[in-house]
Amino acid sequence: MEELKIRPIRNGTVVDHIPRGQALNVLRVLGVDSSTRDVVSVAMNVPSDAMGRKDIVKVEDTEIDSTEADVIALIAPDATVNVVRDYEVREKYQVSMPDEIRGVLSCPNPNCITNSREPVETVFDVRDGEMRCDFCGTVLGDEIADHLV
Amino acid sequence: MDIIDTKSMSKDDILRLLDRASTIGPSDALSGRVLGLLFFEPSTRTRMSFDAAVKRLGGDTVDMGSVDSSSVQKGETLADTVRVVEGYADALVLRHPREGAPRLASQFVDVPVINAGDGAGHHPTQTLLDLYTVRENVDASLGDLHVGIMGDLKYGRTVHSLALALAKFGARVTFVSPPSLRVPENVRTELERAGVEFDEVEVIDGIVGSLDVLYATRIQKERFPDEKEYEKVAGEYRVTTETLESARDDLVLMHPLPRVDEIAPGVDETEHAHYFEQAHNGVPVRMAVLDTVM
Repeated sequence: MEELKIRPIRNGTVVDHIPRGQALNVLRVLGVDSSTRDVVSVAMNVPSDAMGRKDIVKVEDTEIDSTEADVIALIAPDATVNVVRDYEVREKYQVSMPDEIRGVLSCPNPNCITNSREPVETVFDVRDGEMRCDFCGTVLGDEIADHLV
Repeated sequence: MDIIDTKSMSKDDILRLLDRASTIGPSDALSGRVLGLLFFEPSTRTRMSFDAAVKRLGGDTVDMGSVDSSSVQKGETLADTVRVVEGYADALVLRHPREGAPRLASQFVDVPVINAGDGAGHHPTQTLLDLYTVRENVDASLGDLHVGIMGDLKYGRTVHSLALALAKFGARVTFVSPPSLRVPENVRTELERAGVEFDEVEVIDGIVGSLDVLYATRIQKERFPDEKEYEKVAGEYRVTTETLESARDDLVLMHPLPRVDEIAPGVDETEHAHYFEQAHNGVPVRMAVLDTVM
């Protein structure tokens, strides 16, 4: 029997089918950092039939709703989110790219007003697979992980 | 109603403003109303023409003055500055060195915000007065035109907005610039998506005869690593009476001003020179904008 890499959780959220190497970026998107009190488990380079290798993230005692989960689509477009209650998967959904992304990404244009000391969160409009800063119009390319807030 | 960029304005919105500009005259329409001028960067024409425009409509201005003498120097955020000035004015005109500043300002105030230039972003009232000048001198429909836009196409905020606005009316655009100052990739993509018919050349000679409008812009010295390179490029993109020898008699030559060496003084005396008229058009166009939003 294959040894389990990380133990099942009683309550919380499991994000599965994350492309290898992106688990820590998923945590950044979810706003999970060193200040969290939740138990967080990260598995990287887990063998996967569909993906070859994948990453998995488990956050205990925290439920992520579908709106929050959709932001994960930025870096893990095929991720699935499982909400676990009492060891059972009670909700399961595939992430999908939102129409608008707020407060998660910084604008790649250093001269954008959002990169100054103003009390405003960034907004990116998502259209035709392209993310455009709502303030200055700069398009964010493949360098998404570099611009996670 | 805010005026942030011409991209988000429909063809009808633009035509309505230009129609209004062509009939507007002095009045008391804005009597008792105050326009707030917030210029975080130097400006002569834009600041003065907004000032003149509101006064010709019976209104008045409050002016933040230079950044050096304002609370901005003490570290105040733009969000705070506009919320304070909102209490003194019925609309705000904002020029700022950072792209997106007018959109940010509009989120913090209830009064209309008019973008008077944001970094390398937009300058919608300049675009409107450019279109107004073309309309008055070439074609009232603004369609079926061949417009050459020459000079610094990389950093010039006026040219990106103008090209996109011309596209709404079906004009064909030829960009003329040295390779180092070509239209940036993201703007080119935007133009393609907007269905703008455009091409790019490095010299004006071959196309000047087919143009209805030649729009020259300033090549900025600070964009070049050394002065010799600047002088070489600036010399190649200078409009002289010789440049215009093969032009049609009705070619309209425009420039957003200030000019340095891009247009030889001898051209001022030709029928082609429309750049001072273009600058004067800032007043009726801004009167129409203020009359609409205030």
